[in-house]
Parts: sequence; C-alpha cells; structure tokens
Amino acid sequence: MSATITSGKNLVESKLRPEAAIYRHVINAGDPWIREIKQGQYFRIVDLHGNQAVDTLFYNAHDYSDRYSAQDTILQQRNIYLTTGTRLMSSAGAILLTIVADTCGRHDTLGGACANESNMVRYALEKRHMHACRSSFLKAVIEWDHGMSKRDITSNINFFMNVPVTREGKLTFEDGISEPGKYVEMRAETDVLALISNCPQLNNPCNAYNPTPVEVLIWAAEP
Amino acid sequence: MNETVLWEETIQPGASWSHVLKRGTALRVTDLEGGANVGGIFFNFECPTERYNMPDTLKAQHVARLTTGFVVYSDMGRILLSVTADTVGWHDPIGGTSNRKLVEAKYGPSSYQKDRNDYHKDGRDSFLVELGKWGLGRRDLVANVNLFSRVDVSDDGTMSFAQGHSKAGDSIDLRAEMNVLVILNTCQHPLDTNPKYQPKPVRVLIRQVAAPTIEDPCRVSRPENGRGFTLTERYFM
Repeated sequence: MSATITSGKNLVESKLRPEAAIYRHVINAGDPWIREIKQGQYFRIVDLHGNQAVDTLFYNAHDYSDRYSAQDTILQQRNIYLTTGTRLMSSAGAILLTIVADTCGRHDTLGGACANESNMVRYALEKRHMHACRSSFLKAVIEWDHGMSKRDITSNINFFMNVPVTREGKLTFEDGISEPGKYVEMRAETDVLALISNCPQLNNPCNAYNPTPVEVLIWAAEP
Repeated sequence: MNETVLWEETIQPGASWSHVLKRGTALRVTDLEGGANVGGIFFNFECPTERYNMPDTLKAQHVARLTTGFVVYSDMGRILLSVTADTVGWHDPIGGTSNRKLVEAKYGPSSYQKDRNDYHKDGRDSFLVELGKWGLGRRDLVANVNLFSRVDVSDDGTMSFAQGHSKAGDSIDLRAEMNVLVILNTCQHPLDTNPKYQPKPVRVLIRQVAAPTIEDPCRVSRPENGRGFTLTERYFM
C-alpha cells in the first residue's frame, strides 16, 4: 500500500534555495551525524532517494539534559504525527525547533530507533551483529566528547516514517509515504545540538529494504 | 509456591512513590475510587542506564496500550515487567506527564504555604524528586506510562483522553522479571478533561509470585516476547 499524502494543509514548501545554504552534507545510509544549529537558523533534511527513515534527536546546546521529548511534543499539539507547525518540545517544556515546511506530510515519533538488542527481540537472536541506529547514536555522542552517553539517547523522531496507531490501540508500520526529494524543514528556536542516525535497518520496510543517503542543509538566521 | 503478601500501603492523591521490585515479586496497583492515574518509569536497579523504553515496548508488540499478556521492555531487549492480570483493559503508554506550567494553567495557582499538603503537584517535578532520591535526574526522565488511563488516537492522529475509564476496584498486576526500580506518582493525566485538581489515591500490594513457566501467557503471547524472556533469563545466568 502506498499512502503518499498528495494534498492538505500540512504540505508546505520552503522558499529557501539550496544554493544559499551555509552548510550542506550528504549522510550516507548507516552513518551518524552530529552538529550544532544556532537559534534562528533553518535546518532541512532531504530524503534524496525516498522511503528513508532519518532517526533524529535534539538537545538544548547549552544543557544536554534538556532534550527533545516525544511525549511532550505530541501532548503539546494533541496529535501523534509531526508535520508543518509542530513545535518540537524539550523535556523541560521549551520549544527547541518548529517545523516550518514539509513536503512529506507526516513523520513518526513513537516508533523509536532500532538497536542490536531490539532487533534480537523483534526479528531473531542472531540479528545482534546487524548495524543499528542506537549504535550510530552512541558512536556520534562518544566522538562528540562532551560527556554524553546512553543516558542521553531517548525517544527520537523518525522523519519520513509512517507509524499509525489504530482505534484498537495497535501500533502499525505502514509503507513509507515519502518519495525522492521530499523534505522537512525546521527553524531552531534556541541553540540546539542535532543528532542523526541515517537508519541502516534491513529487517523491515522502514527504508524499503534499501537504506539510502539523505542530505542536511542549514541556512543562516534571517537578518 | 504460596503467593505470600509481603506488604501493602496507599499512595495518596498527587503523591510519589518508589520501590525496588525484586525479581520473583509482583506489584498490584488498585484504583480505590475510580478515575485514578499512575505515572510510572522503570529502571534496571543494578544498572539504571538500562530503563523503560516506550518505543521498544510498543513496536515489539505492535501496541499503543498495555494490558494482560503484554510486557514492559527495557532499551536492552530485556523485560522489566509483565502484565499478568488487568481488569481495566487499556493503560496508556504514549500520553506523557504533566509539568508545573500545565498544572498551573489548568488548575490555577497553588503553594504549600497556602494549601499545605494539598498543594498542586505535577508529574514532571514528582518524577524528578523521586528519581533524585536514587541518584538519578533529568537525563533519566524518559517517556513514562500512565496506568489506569486511556488515550485514543483517531485516523488523523488526534489524541483524546477517555474520561472515567478506570472504575473503583480496578487493578493491574505487574510481575518483576528483573530487579526493577519502580518510580510512580498519582498526579492527574496531562490530558485529563476534569477541570478540577482531583488526583486519586491507589493501593499498592507487593507479594511473592512464582517464576514464569515455559507456558506463561506473557511469554507465549507472541514470538518477540519469547525472545525477550530468553534474553532476560540469560542476564541472570
């Protein structure tokens, strides 16, 4: 089933031109990425090849114990899906970023990130060796070398992933609604640290069984 | 094996509570008056960086609710708690907890100076104070569960709180599969539509229970949980 969202108030395009970005970087499948984004800057993630889950966490750049909270974010807007207008809330109740453009229409924050251990539970004990997002998260925060550890790896956003909850209280993993070139763009409302794992999962369709690169772009704050 | 009751007590409305629930014991929480909400976060007591993981719990079992037959996963592929009995049918794992700002906006100003021990408590501060007693803090404040509450999600993703969901006398049994640091509070659900500050009391009862057998309903409810029990048992070998 392909459930591409083709219309609706959530679908908002950005006026920012990629050529004007102050930073551009392609994150290969299975790689982590970590970088500070300053207040007022715009941050875009582009699903270059389509149906790629981009596991993402944000932190207050000046206090990593104040970080993205999935529950506070969905509670604040009383809706489980992230899209244009969603304020990404911290565990202390601050607005970290606001989604200002979205050509995909829906992003998940309940499905979490894959791990060696969760793959063992979900698929088979023999899957432990397979590369997983939470290993990428750990690798990134260890190399960042600012005292972060597994304690700082919490429930994340899955950009471009479609994880509906049914009326019967079932959590389902549907085929992606993203396509090549779809993007989501945020404005940083405070200085944040962004942490991404470009998902290497091969055991389920979250990356259409073929993890692919994504691009991140940053634009300067409006003068 | 006799299911010996070890002790029981009441958690007052708006109060916090914590206990290391040992492997081989179970916690029964009973809604005394109806309409209770019990926020909970759970840790491996021996290594608290291993803790309750909402997404792992939801996606291993393809659920957005907890009831009999489901288990509560840590982030390390192990089972912290099993839901061995439940008269409610739906406990909320997604709705989160209240904070000071939300409680003041909903219920007005309140202070100990004015209201003594009836002053308004919020879920976040309650969790942080109870976590602090165990040397834990803001970095350990992960997504929580809300026992006795139900949050429905419509097709467009809208969340709605089911008022009057749990009835007086309803209870849930949580069997510890590890030595689990249980952090609870009885603050109201953040989506509670009751305009009044009216948290409810619950009774907690701790008893010794038999180890799960090979046919345990939580173990056989789905293959994922069978593997979760295997990984949990290996931890104790």
